Amino acid sequence: MYPPLPNPTVTPSAPKLSDKNLMRRSASTVPQGESMQQVAKLIDTSKCIGCKACQTACLEWNNLREEVGVNAGSYTNPHDLTTASWTLMRFTEWVNPETQDLEWLIRKDGCMHCADPGCLKACPSPGAIVQYTNGIVDFVKDNCIGCGYCVKGCPFNIPRISKAEGKAYKCSLCSDRVAVGQGPACAKACPTQAIVFGPKEDMKKHAEGRIKDLKSRGYKNAGLYDPPGVGGTHVMYVLHHADKPQIYAGLPNNPVISPLVEVWKGAVKYAGLAAIGAVAALGFLHHAVSGPNRVSREDEEAAKRLAEGKS
Amino acid sequence: MTNSWTDIKNTDLVVIMGGNAAEAHPCGFKWVTEAKANRGAKLIVVDPRYTRSASVADLYAPIRQGTDIAFLLGVINYCIKNDKVQWEYVKAFTSAPYVVKAGFKYEDGLFDGYDETKRDYNRSNWDLEIGPDGNLVVDETLQNPRCVWNMMKAHVAEYTPEMVSRICGTPKDKFLKVCEMIAATSAKDKVMTSMYALGWTQHSKGSQNIRGMAMLQLLLGNIGVRGGGMNALRGHSNIQGLTDIGLMSNLIPGYMTIPTEREATFDTYMSTRGFKPLRPGQMSFFQNYKKFFVSFQKAMWASAATAENNWAYDYLPKLDVPAYDVLRAFELMHQGKMNGYICQGFNPLMSFPNRKKMTAALSKLKYLITMDPLETETARFWENHGEYNDVDPTKIQTEVIQLPSTCFAEDEGALVNSGRWLQWHWAGATPPGEAKLDSWIMAQIHLRLKALYQKEGGAFAEPITNLHWPYKDPNDPSPEELAKELNGYVIETVTDPNDPTKIVLEKGKQVVGFGVLRDDGKTACGNWIYAGSFNEAGNNMARRDNSDVDDTGAFSKWAFSWPANRRILYNRASADVNGKAWDPSRKLIEWDGTKWAGYDVPDIAPGAKPDVVGPFIMNPEGTARFFTRGLMRDGPFPVHYEPFESPVANAVAPKVRGNPAARVFRGDMEQFGDAKEFPYAATSYRLTEHFHFWTKHVQPNAVVQPEFFVEISEQLAQEKGVKSGGWVRVWSKRGSIKAKAVVTKRIVPLICDGKPIHIVGIPLHWGFTGAAKKGFGPNSLTPYVGDANIETPEYKAFLVDIESISGPVA
Repeated sequence: MYPPLPNPTVTPSAPKLSDKNLMRRSASTVPQGESMQQVAKLIDTSKCIGCKACQTACLEWNNLREEVGVNAGSYTNPHDLTTASWTLMRFTEWVNPETQDLEWLIRKDGCMHCADPGCLKACPSPGAIVQYTNGIVDFVKDNCIGCGYCVKGCPFNIPRISKAEGKAYKCSLCSDRVAVGQGPACAKACPTQAIVFGPKEDMKKHAEGRIKDLKSRGYKNAGLYDPPGVGGTHVMYVLHHADKPQIYAGLPNNPVISPLVEVWKGAVKYAGLAAIGAVAALGFLHHAVSGPNRVSREDEEAAKRLAEGKS
Repeated sequence: MTNSWTDIKNTDLVVIMGGNAAEAHPCGFKWVTEAKANRGAKLIVVDPRYTRSASVADLYAPIRQGTDIAFLLGVINYCIKNDKVQWEYVKAFTSAPYVVKAGFKYEDGLFDGYDETKRDYNRSNWDLEIGPDGNLVVDETLQNPRCVWNMMKAHVAEYTPEMVSRICGTPKDKFLKVCEMIAATSAKDKVMTSMYALGWTQHSKGSQNIRGMAMLQLLLGNIGVRGGGMNALRGHSNIQGLTDIGLMSNLIPGYMTIPTEREATFDTYMSTRGFKPLRPGQMSFFQNYKKFFVSFQKAMWASAATAENNWAYDYLPKLDVPAYDVLRAFELMHQGKMNGYICQGFNPLMSFPNRKKMTAALSKLKYLITMDPLETETARFWENHGEYNDVDPTKIQTEVIQLPSTCFAEDEGALVNSGRWLQWHWAGATPPGEAKLDSWIMAQIHLRLKALYQKEGGAFAEPITNLHWPYKDPNDPSPEELAKELNGYVIETVTDPNDPTKIVLEKGKQVVGFGVLRDDGKTACGNWIYAGSFNEAGNNMARRDNSDVDDTGAFSKWAFSWPANRRILYNRASADVNGKAWDPSRKLIEWDGTKWAGYDVPDIAPGAKPDVVGPFIMNPEGTARFFTRGLMRDGPFPVHYEPFESPVANAVAPKVRGNPAARVFRGDMEQFGDAKEFPYAATSYRLTEHFHFWTKHVQPNAVVQPEFFVEISEQLAQEKGVKSGGWVRVWSKRGSIKAKAVVTKRIVPLICDGKPIHIVGIPLHWGFTGAAKKGFGPNSLTPYVGDANIETPEYKAFLVDIESISGPVA
């Protein structure tokens, strides 16, 4: 058992996650934030029983109101991620061609919190998407313009746009809970510890033990899903068949950020550098569209000097 | 559970059969995942459907519903044939060497003494030979052909792998793989745990399903050990508490029984209860019955229960039938013989079989009172909800009174979990609106009835007017007061007979445990098995110390486990005849030369010598029973009987329909369908997203499983032209429902007796009140028949037909 996080104290403590810890900010730059331990959520599909406690915990903690839908011939309910359902159990009935045995693959879908987040890269609105130094990628509702670029940028098809509100929604990895030293609500609710949360290195180590166990049970391709194409993720899976992520309701075999987003970013890189000063000094909104999201140390220092000079 | 939830982490093999722990007990299931992750334990799931439990299993074997006994006796047969038996355990700790009475016999699916018209047996031959010294006749060599071992061996011989496959539809290779894995736990250092639930109880032979596994576990030496046991996963929060407290028509607390009308006097009652030992030197624990009984009577009627009036024995009702179980109650209501009904915390309109009969029965009542935190369908049975409750309110004269009560999060008290742990909880919220505690409501009813009797008199008023009611606020007994009463207390100071200055029990103090209860009226105890839960050390149910010495999984300082804070029942059987642990790595208690001691509270007298006193102290033999003598109505050994509605004839007893000893009311037999008309084998079950009929009232739960559906195989869907997500109609001889279809690979046709049997799965959580979409339940279809011993309705196996329909007009 991975030791569960202790319950929170009733006395208020200083927030453990704030703007001081920002690493990236969409369409804008931020000073390199105070570094934090990299965190990760590990979802072990081999321990998951598909009970959906994570789904209801997510709805309740985030105070989301999902519609009561209909049954469409599956246990997957709702039928897709929505602006209210930030996580979803996806059920796949798969017959293993090697054993002819049925396997019921159950995968908790939701934001993967990529180290190299395509949504943030694609986002044209300053500060609508932020990445913290612990790896959490969060949407900031007030800054969101609902353009949907994040959807295009995401290799996992996660963000959902509310047309009525003009806002994008996805899992926040419970950044508000992490800020007070807690793990995500889904992990807290999971009865079998199929979801655990902690430092990313610990999660990888924990996964190793699980993979060893699965291999001993004949799952020779058991492995960790931490795809390098997006720089690794802060939500990882233990899969019985890590050689075939696709069988788990279309989990991408090798996710990468859309070339369109990459090309766009690459082409404007130089212009972007010039724009930094402009943003910092003048705060022109439209510059945000071409804002870089990979900043070198020099860039940061330049930005810092500018910012300090201004203050 | 003989063991506890936390103990499951100690097992080597989990067998989930007759249940679906991952689905219905997801929180407890964490201990299965712990055993798998930390000690490489394996998980076998045997179920008609590939379930959520199966999705994390090492081996899944399909089985046709209602054929578990054939399967289990097949495994026993395999173990005997292949010498996979824990011999030392079997010889020393079970009834294997005892000789069965002459005259007992089994033939063509029936035991001797059957009376077809009464659907009952004369059980006088179903017993063991008793020698002239009053002790059982024993053949330690197991050579006597009539010893229990050889009788059992002969009884199971016909359940060959081929026969099992023919009856159960389980592919032979899968069955043999299951046998092999189970048989491996006959080793002294290997254990298996059995996790079962309503998948075994809800059959016309439910008790015998469980017997089958209990016999197998004894044969393997897996009872009384860490990581072993027979673990009944209770289907409802605190249903364990319900049975402990004796909330059945034939029970009083602590599994003592209500007298029958043949037991008019206390002496007659006691004459069949103070079991004398049947083997030399045995403990026969129920020799203490009188102490528990008298203490209970004192808790109920205090000074009105005296030695002179036989402790108010006459105040107890005397049963004229074996029990007023729910089927009998609704049958009486249906006949117009029961006119009023107080329905506290359950939903019979959706829960009991043959819904049409339920509606008719409730419509004949003069009044119905519901006490529930939710608006149940039962409370609105008279209201028209279109096709979901198609009744005419103008034709129903029943007066319905709804009393809103609190839910578990709004009150304080103990819930008893499946592992017998009494865990105290505190109120997390204030009751909404006019909702009141159940105990407050019950107090009001009692006090008002009492006042009426006192004012107006009436026949036999004493049991009510003399009821002991010592609460500080008579209108509102507090949870602590009630808990203390259940624990028991000293009425009169008792001194040591050898030294009158030495006080053994001091008046007014809580009793420390059941060991000090007396049959002379000096102690009172509401429920002897709860004695020790709230004593002078305080409220032990509220203990929250989760330390666990040497990681045994006992967690002895967490809450209180009845009886006596014992975590594993029969734990003396974890050690061999000399008192040494079978497996030193699984030590529980051991004999140190003078006494028993170890990690758990010994389930034996501390000084009982290991080679003399047997571990199964509740039986007068001191051993466990492969042969149950005359204690079960349908036979001392389990037999494979088909469900009353079965797609095939019984392969081992073709002439017998259903369980021959199961009670069937007049008119209900005609309501059973046959396979010609209703070709498909249906079963009902729960889904993890919902808890019975409660959570459909909770919006997020309604979201994650919104709408009633039935599940069928791809093959049946193709035959019937059903599309996944499309609409179907399913009907039985008793009713018809409409549902969405989930077409799935998780259900496959099983080949039984050479022909394919299609299975229709019907979950139970929908109705016409709450936040989820309106829907039906399986009880519109299920037959009105229960288990032969305890009358649990046969919800798990019945016949239906199915067709594709166009959806309802929007």
